[in-house]
Amino acid sequence: MKLKFAAVAVAAAFSLSAQAQTEIQWWHSMTAVNGEWINDLAKDFNASQSKYKIVPTYKGSYDESLAAGIAAYRAGNAPHILQVFEVGTATMMASKGAIVPVGKIMQDAGEKFDTKVYIPAVGSYYTDSKGQMQSFPFNSSTTVFYYNKDAFKAAGLNPDKPPTTWPEVTLAAAKLKASGNKCPFTTAWQTWVQLESFSAWHNVEYATKSNGMSGMDARLKVDSPLHLRHFENLSNMAKQGLFVYKGRQSVPEASFIAGECAMMSTSSGFYGNAAKNAKFAFGVATLPYYPDVPGAPQNTVIGGASLWVMAGKKAEEYKGIAQFFTFISRPEVQSASHKRTGYLPVTLAAFDLTEKSGYYKQNPGTDVAPNQMIKKVTGNSRGLRLGNLPQIRAVEDEELEQVWAGKKTPQEALDAIVKRGNELLERFQKANKS
Amino acid sequence: MEKRVQFRSTWLPWVLLAPQLIVIGVFFFWPAGQALLQSFQLQDAFGVSTEWVGMDNFKTLFNDPGYLASFKTTAVFSVLVAGLGIGLSLMLAIFADRIIKGALFYKTLLIVPYAVAPAVAGVLWVFMFSPSLGVLAYALGKLGINWNYLLNSVDAMTLIVIAAVWKQISYNFLFFLAGLQSIPKSLIEAAAIDGARPWRRFWTIQLPLLSPTTFYLFVINVVYAFFDTFAIVDSTTHGGPGQDTSILVYKVYYDGFKALDLGGSAAQSVVLMIIVISLTVAQFRYVEKKVQY
Repeated sequence: MKLKFAAVAVAAAFSLSAQAQTEIQWWHSMTAVNGEWINDLAKDFNASQSKYKIVPTYKGSYDESLAAGIAAYRAGNAPHILQVFEVGTATMMASKGAIVPVGKIMQDAGEKFDTKVYIPAVGSYYTDSKGQMQSFPFNSSTTVFYYNKDAFKAAGLNPDKPPTTWPEVTLAAAKLKASGNKCPFTTAWQTWVQLESFSAWHNVEYATKSNGMSGMDARLKVDSPLHLRHFENLSNMAKQGLFVYKGRQSVPEASFIAGECAMMSTSSGFYGNAAKNAKFAFGVATLPYYPDVPGAPQNTVIGGASLWVMAGKKAEEYKGIAQFFTFISRPEVQSASHKRTGYLPVTLAAFDLTEKSGYYKQNPGTDVAPNQMIKKVTGNSRGLRLGNLPQIRAVEDEELEQVWAGKKTPQEALDAIVKRGNELLERFQKANKS
Repeated sequence: MEKRVQFRSTWLPWVLLAPQLIVIGVFFFWPAGQALLQSFQLQDAFGVSTEWVGMDNFKTLFNDPGYLASFKTTAVFSVLVAGLGIGLSLMLAIFADRIIKGALFYKTLLIVPYAVAPAVAGVLWVFMFSPSLGVLAYALGKLGINWNYLLNSVDAMTLIVIAAVWKQISYNFLFFLAGLQSIPKSLIEAAAIDGARPWRRFWTIQLPLLSPTTFYLFVINVVYAFFDTFAIVDSTTHGGPGQDTSILVYKVYYDGFKALDLGGSAAQSVVLMIIVISLTVAQFRYVEKKVQY
């Protein structure tokens, strides 16, 4: 046994010196099952060729790895590839000189790269106004609606007919409450689901300038009559105990898993967790909408992250990065990733391949998210590109909590969101002038 | 007859001071200087473009009603943390000092929380107080108390104060215990012979003799509440509901490390630095006079 180890070590040392592989550092934020997925992607690519070696490193949560990437860049030793969450897109894109657009990397390396193969709402999120793709769409999710089929049965609701509109959600919630349910409906990621995705889903502006896609001087528009109507509706539901606030970001998901909340809107990426841990039958449905709004439902916006290539590296290294991106763009790799992680298939080919394999039939509900996304996007639904978006989301959380606590009316809260959010947008615009 | 030891050398004192000066320089003056510099700048996240904006960062801050409100929040939080932390640990130290059997066991248990990182302390308490799943929230519900720190500001403040105090009790406890044990037994015995009961002995002998320790702990606890508690807030309430538990240092951390607004964050840390320096000066000038060494 010892001999074998020694032999392997010698062989490894030999091959290292003989081939002088080019190492490519990849910093990411994937943990547990998804962390293994990242390592396998790197392993498969490294085995497929011998010139380059992808070295994935976990650098903490999304905001931690972004902060780490920025600190490393300032110190002059940034990684080659940095995984950045979707709300950091504007920050990355505004940092001209710190990053190299993916479109350019692929072109320089002579790799075939067509941005049209991406699901529109995914591709457009990471493409600049001139049509250049800035970062590589990697793990994307979107907002969907989960419901507890057992609770539906107990309340006399049809478990195979989830509510599709907000009036139907209210009715279902009332029936659930009448059957003794203490938390008929809750929402995780209230800022992403009820404001960002809600706007795209109803084809209304979240912010001017196509939600910031066509200019940094965008300003928030979430005080529209439709937004007001939605939050008055939710606020009334909260007063009647039909909607129960369970916290910011993904915190409410635990209440659904525990069987406490019967309906919940959250990320499509929650599917794997629910499938593994929920001790009841659950269903996945499209996000509810208001049926009288023209153009609804449109498409929802994505969450998740993309891969950014940092500037200042050697040409040879960029070549390796391009080859790696081509490798993980292959439909079979993408389809396998989609099935494994529950993230969206980011290309249409991967979606078709997954459908042909019969996966969606075997796992009902997994096709809801892709179907919600595969649509021609409008200026209101392409995505968001707003500076200081993490801070804007924090402001939204703060103001909405005042509504749920009954301290502010929906009108006051939305006005405050627009006012405070616009100050943050102005500040970002000023800091990123050049 | 000069009794003081005199160093004739001009360089030796500096060499002897050097290690300490280097440590203070690298870990305090350098970062503080950088913060001061950055507070007058507006910079993008990667530092590609930098603009000098004068007092703009400070003007933005003081025009933000949320920031002004967070002074009050911080004051309430710090007073509660320092007051409760010192009070409770003094009580525990007195009990531990009187105990004869199993003293080591109790002392060890009381010291353990100090080894826990603030973020972990926050998560621990969140688990127990989570409105949906927490053991304590469930028990409170049984008692007819509707506990919900997600929407109730008082509950949220209670939660972070408990977590912050729990974390700091061990440190205070150690100092109080050492302080109590250094009080000569003869003083206590003399008082006891004169007929003073334990409570009276505590008020007239132990507490006054502990005043240097109490004063030291007061300074340390205030500094702890001001600087060391952002991880507790970050892992529990995230400053909510609304901004009702958004203490100053949490906003510094959030704006700098999460939101990547270095100029704004630096301006806040300069404000915070000024507050803590003036608080410390005030404590030493006015409170220390009441301390009997």
